Formats: sequence, structure tokens, C-alpha cells
Amino acid sequence: MSAPNSDYDPVEVTPLRADEVERMRDEALAAIAAADSLDAIKQVRIDHTGDRSPLALANREIGALPPAARKDAGQRVGQARGAVNRALAARTAEVEAAEFERRLAAETVDVTLPTDVEPVGARHPITTIQEHVADIFVAMGWEVAEGPEVEAEWLNFDALNLGPDHPARTMQDTFWLDPESAAMVLRTHTSPVQARTMLTTEPPIYIVCPGRVYRTDEADATHMPVFHQVEGLAIDKGLSMAHLKGTLDHFARAIYGTEIATRFRPSYFPFTEPSAEVDLLCYVCHNDPAEVASCRTCGGEGWVEWGGCGVVNPRVLIACGVDPEEYSGFAFGMGLDRTITSRYDIADLRDLWDGDVRFTEPFGVGL
Amino acid sequence: MRVPVEWLRSLVELPDAVTTEQLADRLTMYDLKLEEIVGGGLSGPLTVGRVLAISPEEQKNGKTINWCRVDVGAQNEPSVPDAPGEDVPSRGIICGAHNFGVGDLVVVSLPGTFLPALGFEIGSRKTYGHVSDGMICSTTELGLAEDASTANGIVVLEPGSAEPGDDAIDLLGLGDQTLDLEVNPDRAYALSLRGVARDAALAFGVPFTDPADRPVPSTDAGAYPVRVDDPDGCPVFTTLVVEGIDPAATTPAWMAKRISDAGMRPISLTVDISNYVMLELGQPNHCYDRAKLNGDIVVRRATEGEKLRTLDDVDRTLSADDLLITDDLGPIGIAGVMGGDRVEIDGTSTDVVIEAAHFDPVTIFRTQKRHKLPTEAAKRFERGVDPELPLRAAARVAELLVELAGGTLVAGATVVGTAPAREAVTFSSDLPARISGLPITADQARDTYERNGCTVELAGDRFTVTPPSWRFDLNDPYDFVEEALRTAGYENVPSVLPTPTGGRGLTREQELRRRVGHVLAGAGLVEVTTLPFVGDADLDRLGLPQDDPRRDLVRLANPLSAEEPGLTPTLLIGLLKAASLNIGRGHESVQISEIGRVFRPRAGHPTAPIYGVDRRPTADELAALDAALPEQPRHTGFVLVGERHRSGWSGAGRPVEWSDALAVARRVAENLHVELEVGATTLAPFHPGRCAQLRVGDRVVGHVGELHPKVAEAFGLPGRVAVGELDLDALIEAAPLIGPKPDFSAFPVAKEDFAFIVEDSLPAGELQAVVAGASPLLESVRLFDVYTGDQVGEGRKSLAFKVRLRAEDRTLTDADIKAARDQIVAAAATLGAQLR
Repeated sequence: MSAPNSDYDPVEVTPLRADEVERMRDEALAAIAAADSLDAIKQVRIDHTGDRSPLALANREIGALPPAARKDAGQRVGQARGAVNRALAARTAEVEAAEFERRLAAETVDVTLPTDVEPVGARHPITTIQEHVADIFVAMGWEVAEGPEVEAEWLNFDALNLGPDHPARTMQDTFWLDPESAAMVLRTHTSPVQARTMLTTEPPIYIVCPGRVYRTDEADATHMPVFHQVEGLAIDKGLSMAHLKGTLDHFARAIYGTEIATRFRPSYFPFTEPSAEVDLLCYVCHNDPAEVASCRTCGGEGWVEWGGCGVVNPRVLIACGVDPEEYSGFAFGMGLDRTITSRYDIADLRDLWDGDVRFTEPFGVGL
Repeated sequence: MRVPVEWLRSLVELPDAVTTEQLADRLTMYDLKLEEIVGGGLSGPLTVGRVLAISPEEQKNGKTINWCRVDVGAQNEPSVPDAPGEDVPSRGIICGAHNFGVGDLVVVSLPGTFLPALGFEIGSRKTYGHVSDGMICSTTELGLAEDASTANGIVVLEPGSAEPGDDAIDLLGLGDQTLDLEVNPDRAYALSLRGVARDAALAFGVPFTDPADRPVPSTDAGAYPVRVDDPDGCPVFTTLVVEGIDPAATTPAWMAKRISDAGMRPISLTVDISNYVMLELGQPNHCYDRAKLNGDIVVRRATEGEKLRTLDDVDRTLSADDLLITDDLGPIGIAGVMGGDRVEIDGTSTDVVIEAAHFDPVTIFRTQKRHKLPTEAAKRFERGVDPELPLRAAARVAELLVELAGGTLVAGATVVGTAPAREAVTFSSDLPARISGLPITADQARDTYERNGCTVELAGDRFTVTPPSWRFDLNDPYDFVEEALRTAGYENVPSVLPTPTGGRGLTREQELRRRVGHVLAGAGLVEVTTLPFVGDADLDRLGLPQDDPRRDLVRLANPLSAEEPGLTPTLLIGLLKAASLNIGRGHESVQISEIGRVFRPRAGHPTAPIYGVDRRPTADELAALDAALPEQPRHTGFVLVGERHRSGWSGAGRPVEWSDALAVARRVAENLHVELEVGATTLAPFHPGRCAQLRVGDRVVGHVGELHPKVAEAFGLPGRVAVGELDLDALIEAAPLIGPKPDFSAFPVAKEDFAFIVEDSLPAGELQAVVAGASPLLESVRLFDVYTGDQVGEGRKSLAFKVRLRAEDRTLTDADIKAARDQIVAAAATLGAQLR
């Protein structure tokens, strides 16, 4: 910084000479161009645009010039400083951009690293198949009904035309609550839900009942004391076996694909009359002559057993307060566990119940 | 029911072209479902051979095998120089068995014979140093019924019964096939050749000759005197007497074969005839040694505690409901179930009293259940035997005894009672078409009914049909729909989709339960399903105190395992076992959940009423049913073991801690828009200092926290285990129909931190609640630090909160913020909290 310039020669001030200003500008521009980092930029900024930079110092000298010379000198210094500032801003932007690129490059990751820190949940396929089945029927305008698993004997048997001395009761190996005289059982089918619905709802009734049921089977690869069923019940005016067939065809196709057909075989259930077994066209070999013989899913039959069904026995309607003169209906039921085991080729039913997370994990939250 | 096809064909004129498979298919569509076709399948040159020479050759293993020369007639090779004996046309065969000798007639499977019992085709092969050109067959290899004399031995035919070279398949009836049919409980008539033959005739539209349609002895004179004291239990009782049978007479081979093909064991001629007639006609019957009977046969109920040794040599104590056949000395049989040993036919019996009766199905059902005696007779009587049969069946037994055992039928027959008449059923003639969905005309239906033995009247549009005596399944109008449909063909029912008027979708409860399932999965939990059976040992492992109400289990009368007689009161047992299984299989971390029911008995363990089925029970009656059932709410439970977040390349993971269970519970509740109140409690199986009770209002809806270390150890679970169980039904019930309104302001936030020093015993939640309620400007409060140590002093802790303040309608001023701070500090002070 110059001292007060009273004793200074006001005419000839070296730093304000045109060639000198030019030199200082060029020096600054060279330094800016050479700056290749934000630190260097910072230094250049101090050296060439700071208060003590040559151009700043030169600028201060302008006041010492005679008024006539000031304009000229001021213009000269101002232009030089402008050029330096512009160059500095441009170079700063360049260097910042380069530094940013360098930083991003340094942040490159290995995208093949695992991402398994958070626990991943899953839903059991038996849960999701029940929901899937329910949704198929809800889409047709049916509703989903539920009931208790410990059920009154009357609802599990008597109301369904299975009186105490009916030989068919021995077809169902029943868990009884202690004492047996308490007349309560672990429901052997979801049919008591049908009875409960008829007892409390006026027709028309269109319901499906998915749920857990119980039989006194020792656990092995193909049996469990607890398994899952879905049953359906429709009570309306003018329903027949044909409507049953139509419903089951639709259900089968929704689950197994549009090429699947169903087949009725006569059978016997106390709660339906006429009764039928319903078979599915084998969803693996489609009873194709070229494949059926070696098909493991249907054992070469071309058809697989699916469930039982029939027209609701009027005796059941009467016990449940529905007038069989006015209404008729149909019912069906099938196991869901085997839908899972056969679709995914699971050899052992116990895998569904063990709780090994590796069974459920592959399903995620859907099927 | 096993039906030998040859026997069936003897009763119904089936076209020869009908194969056994076609027969089975048609019967299946007539509700006699094929289980399997037994027998047949044996093919190729199975041939009678005569053993010409045997050379026993000892082997290195000490075993002796026989190198044989066998004459198989036209199947002989011109020469087998290597075989023993003179080189004549024959075959050389190696055989390991020894129960035959030179000159015996044996059965030889020559190369190319397929034996189903072995599952492969016999070939010529080199063995024990010779070429064995076939195999001499044993009973097992031929799939023949075994008895003690032939077990595992070579079949040696009766001398002179065949010639070498004869086809042994026909000779031994090895080509015969048997249908194993599944007979549903309503088709009792099909537990007989008579019944199956009738359906086969219907199915193929061929004539049927009823084997029961036969002359019967006159009842002018009696045979053996009978008194029936219980005509309800025994509507018809018949006896015939055959005298002078030859006790040494044996069962002819054709009868023994039919009996064994039908799945029963030939025993002795009299027993075999009795069984044969039961199989043929469906009428169980019994033969007594007349010399052992004392006085009249009396049919009566037992007196409670009366004793009888039955034919299976078991002493049975009878119930007053059991129906008995007795004589002057006491019981001689349980009616319709099993005879007694005192009057059994034995090797000296010559005079036989034949019993054929009709018994009440329910009586027989109860008795066979009570004594666990589901005999062939009981199986038929409990389902219903044609009540017109007894005398005819007895006559058929007598006929066979006369023919095969050389006896004489004593003139006369005793018949007590008459067959109950069948009631006619009236229904609209369009019912079969309406219910089946097939265009079955009245004429078609009438034809079907008549061919099934019904008497049919068609007046206008009403059918009046009287079923035949053997059809116990035709009682209601819909039974006749099924009968018509069986003929019209189940396979012809058209497919018509019904059109309901529109449902309401899932119930709210169903939808929320699904939501919770997704929330649990979203919280990183894997859903499992577990069995609900538990026992006291499980409750012990959970560490439940002896007086814990959860020890009062809903118990089963017939559990699969005596160790697990109860239904679980908590999902945690199944979940902890599942977690343990996973750990045992090598998983380091397990995070699982379940949604399912738990079971709690009602006070006083009530009994569920049983109502009639002739009408709908009243609303009160239905409520009484439900009131008796155990409480069985749906719960959700979860167990977390190991690391909540896994260690890995990005750093150390985080081990499971008690609060993970609380976080899951909160996540569930938040998604149901239910506000949980959390308080400390002590409850098994939780760590005594790490259990939170969750409430919605006054209602306890669950517990979460850390599993008691002893319980974790008992289940084999390492480290700290977080567990929780929520009453899902209660949570869903508490869920508001419409959740909270999204409520936020766009004005600037003011963030303020507070650290309060409080007594160690003050739950953070309490202070947080007070802070949260202190100022109307408070938007949220979050506890971010808990500190105990020197700086706050013994018995105290520091709780630090981040508070966000915001106004709905303006930017906060410094004065607003200061006022809010003061309010918060003042409110905290009410709990003794001092600003640090």
C-alpha cells in the first residue's frame, strides 16, 4: 500500500502505465490458466484479485492522478480487472466441475455386492392361496364366510345330515373335546360355516369358506392332523348341478389355467344329494396321449382328484331353516394343501408345518 | 368290496367284448368307484412241467441249488446235454427250493413270461454255471393266496391234474381279475355280488337274473324254534336245519378261490359256505352246531355286564344296548356282529342250524363301535341288508351244505317277524331335470326307477315311487334325482355359471387381517403355520407358574399324542419350536410370525347342546351353542432371534433386542390406525424387566419384549430373543373405520432439543406423553438419547428429546418458541423432570 501521495509525482505513476497494467493483467491471466485445483484457484484469487494484488494496488493510485488522467487510467485498470475476474470465474467453474467428476469417480462402488442387511419377510403359501381363492369368488360376487375351529358337534355333524348313528361319521376321524359328552369337536370340515351362514342369513347365499380343519391322522409325508379346505355354498332359486359344474369349471380355470376342465363322478356325502367327486384335467400333462402315461402328477390317469360336491341335501336346508320348496343349492369342498404341494412338487406335507423359513421365503408375499 | 370278475360275469350276461377296464369305468360312473384291478397282468408261456431229474449242487456259500431237467411238453428244447439225467427233449432250469422231487408236476415260467408279483419278464440266463431256461414258480411268485402248507414253496400240482406243456395260467385261474370297488355307505346293497351285478346289468343295459330269486322252504313246519324279544332290534329271524353233513368234507377249489379273490380267508366248508352266501347275496348268516344248542334261540338285549366269549377268543363284557342271540345257557352270539365260541361248528359237527336275520342298523353300528368289531357282517348290517333276504339266503346256505357237505335239509322253516314295508316317496316329475340340470324326462326317470326295482306311479306331474327292499338309500325325493342322474350320466351335466346379485367384497375384518399379514412381512418376518397341539411340558418350558390361567387348556378326548392333549393358549409355543428348528438346521437369525387361533376354555367347561334337525334352531338356541364353545380368538405372534440387521460388508449388524418386538407391534397397530398404550409389566415367558403390556384404552391387546433367558435356553435359542403376541381380533375391533386425517402445516418448523434429568424409575413413555401434550404448537417429539452415569447421578437418568414446533397459520416468533419451551419444561417438571 502506498503512503499518502502528496509528495509523489502526480504525472508519472509507474503502475498505471499502460504497459504495466497490461503486464499485470497478463500475469494474472497466466496464473489463472495454470490453476488446476480449487486450492490453486484460491491462491490465484488472493494473489491477483485480492486487496494486495498488483491491480488492486494500481487501482488505488488512480486517485493520485490529475483529474484529466484519471479517466484514462481508471478505464485501463478497470478493463484489466474485469478480464481477470471473468477469467477467474470461468476457470473456477472448470476446476470445480473437474473436481466434482473426480469425486464421483472416486465414489464408484462394486454393484455386485450383496444387499442382505435388512430382514426380508414372506407370507406362507397356504395363507396366500386362501386369499387367492377368496378373490376368485369375490370377483364373481360371492362373499367369504368364516367360523370357529372348535365347533359344536351339532353344527359339525347333525345339522349336516350326519346323525349320531350315521355310518359316515366313522368316515371322518374326529378330534373330540374332553369329555366327549361336551359335544364339541375340532371341525372336520369347513361345512359348519355353511350351516352357520344358512342359519343366520336369508338366501340368496353365495359364500366360500377357506380355513383350517382337523382329522385324527398321524403326521406323515401325505397326511397331517390339520389341513386347509375351501368350501363353497350357493343357495338360490333354481340352482342345479349344472350351476355347480359351471362354478367349478370357472374356479378350476382361474387357478390352473383356461385349458383346464373338470369331470364329475358319482359319490356320496351325507350333506349333498346327488353327490359327486370332481376331478381336474391333469394340469401337468393335460391328458395328452403323448405325455399322460409317464405323468407323475396324475399317475397316468389324465385326471387328478380335486374335491367333493353336490346339491345341498334338503334335510340340511331344513335343519338350517331354508325352505327346500323355494330354494335349492349346491356345495363343494376341496383341500388346499395339496394344491400347493402338487403345484410346487413338494413331496412332504410336513414341510408346510415345520416352520423352516426356507420353505416360505421363496414365495415372498405372493404365489 | 372285492368283486371277482369271473363270479360277476356268472351272474350278469355282460358282452364278451367288454374288458375289465371298461366294466370298471362304467361301474365307477354308477357310483361303484374302482380302487384298483387286482390280478391279471400275468402273461407269456407259463407252463405245466414235470421234473425229470434233479442234480443238487453245493455252492461255495454253503447253499445247495438244484440243477433240474424239466419236461414242458411242446415247449421242450430238443436237447439239453448239460442237464442231469438222460438227454431227452426238455428244459434245464436252476431252482433254489427243495420242496419238490422227481416226477412232480410244477409250474414253469418259460422265458418271455411276465410275472406281476416280480415285476419283470423271465429270461434265459446263465447262473451257477448253467443256462437256466426259465423258472420253477413258488406261490409268492405266482401271486397265489398262501396257506401254511405252501408258504414260500414251489407250487406242486396234484398228480394227474395236468399234463406237461399245459397252459398254467388258465389251469390256476391266474388270468382272473378282481375289481376292488369303493362302496359308499349309502350303497349297502353293493356289498354283494348280487348288488354289483344288478348295477352292472343296468350300466350295460343287459338282463339281470337275481340270484336271490329262488324257491324257499315252506314255513308250514318250523325248523329250529326261535323267540324274538326285541322285534325293533330284530324285525326278521329265520332258521333252517341241515342234518347229517360230513364233517370231513372240504371246500371245493372254485369256492375257495372265489372267497379268497373276494378278500376273505377260506377256513372250513361250513364257514366258507356261510361267507360265500354273504358275498353272493349280501346276507350275513351264521351256522350253529345243533348239538351244542340248548333250548330255543332267543333274541334279546343283553343285561349290563353279561359276558360272552366271541369266536375270536375274546371275553367280552356286554352292554344293555347290545342285541344278543341266546339259548337256555346264555348268549351264543352278538347279533349281526360275531358269534360265540360255545356253539361253534367244529370237526365233529353233523347237524347245522342256519340263522339268517335282519337287524336294526343303528343297533349293529353302536355295538360294533362299542366292541371295536367292524366285522364283515356288521359292516353290512349297519348299512342295511335287504330284509326280504333272510329266508332265501338261509335256503341258499342249506342248498350248498346239501350239495357240498352231503347233508339233508330238514323240512320246514322258522321265520319270526316280517320285513318292514317300504314307504312310497312322492315328488314332482320334473325334479330330476330341475336339480340335475340335465333334460331328464319323466319317462326316462320312470324307466330308471323301474329297472332299479322300484314300483312307480306317475299321476299327472307327480311321481309316487316305492323303492325296493334292498335300496336303503332311496328315501327322499332328491335320492331319486341322484338315481336318475346316475343313469343319465354325471359326465353329461352341462356347465352354467350362476349369476349372484353382487356381493359386498371382503369384510372389514378379513381385509384388515390381510393387511396385518402384509405388514408383518414388510417388517421382515417370515410367516409360518404351526400345529396347535400342546401339553404341560410345553407350558413348563414357557415357565408359566402353576396358577397361571393359561394352564387351563382346552383338552382333547382323543389326542394323537398323550404328551400333547391340549389346544394351545398361545402362539408362542409353536413359534418358539419353529425358531428352534431353524436354529437347529443352521440358521443364525430367525424372524418369524404367525396368525392363528388360540384356545381358552369357558368358565365351567360347558356342554354344547344338540338339537333336532327337523327345523332351524331359535336364535337363543344358536347363541347357546356359541356360548359353550371355547374362546378362540385370532392372535398374531412373532419371534426374533439373532441379528435384526445382518452384519456384512457395509458394517456390523445389529443384534435383536427387546424393542424390536415392540416396534413390530407398533407397526401393526399404526397400520390399523390403533393407538397403543405401552406399560411395563411382568409376565411369563418374558424377561421380568423387559416386558411391555400393550393396551388399547383399558383393554390389554398383547405383550411384547424379551424372552426370559431361561425360556430361550429351554427352547435352544441363543442370545437375546424378542417375542410378542397380539390379540388380533381385539386390535381389528379397535381399528377405526376411517383413519386419522393427514394433518400438517406448510409454515416453517422450529426444532428444539430438551434433555431432562429424571428418576430412573420414570418410564420414558410417560415423560414423552407429557411433553407431547404440553404445547399446542408441538408437532412431534422423539426420544433420541437415554443416558445414565456420573453426570446425572445415582438413580437418575437423562432423557433427551427432539421437539418440532410448528403453527398451522403463521411463522413462529421467538416469543412463540420461548413460550412453548417454557410450557414443555413446566409440564416435565410435574413428573419431577429437571432440564439438564
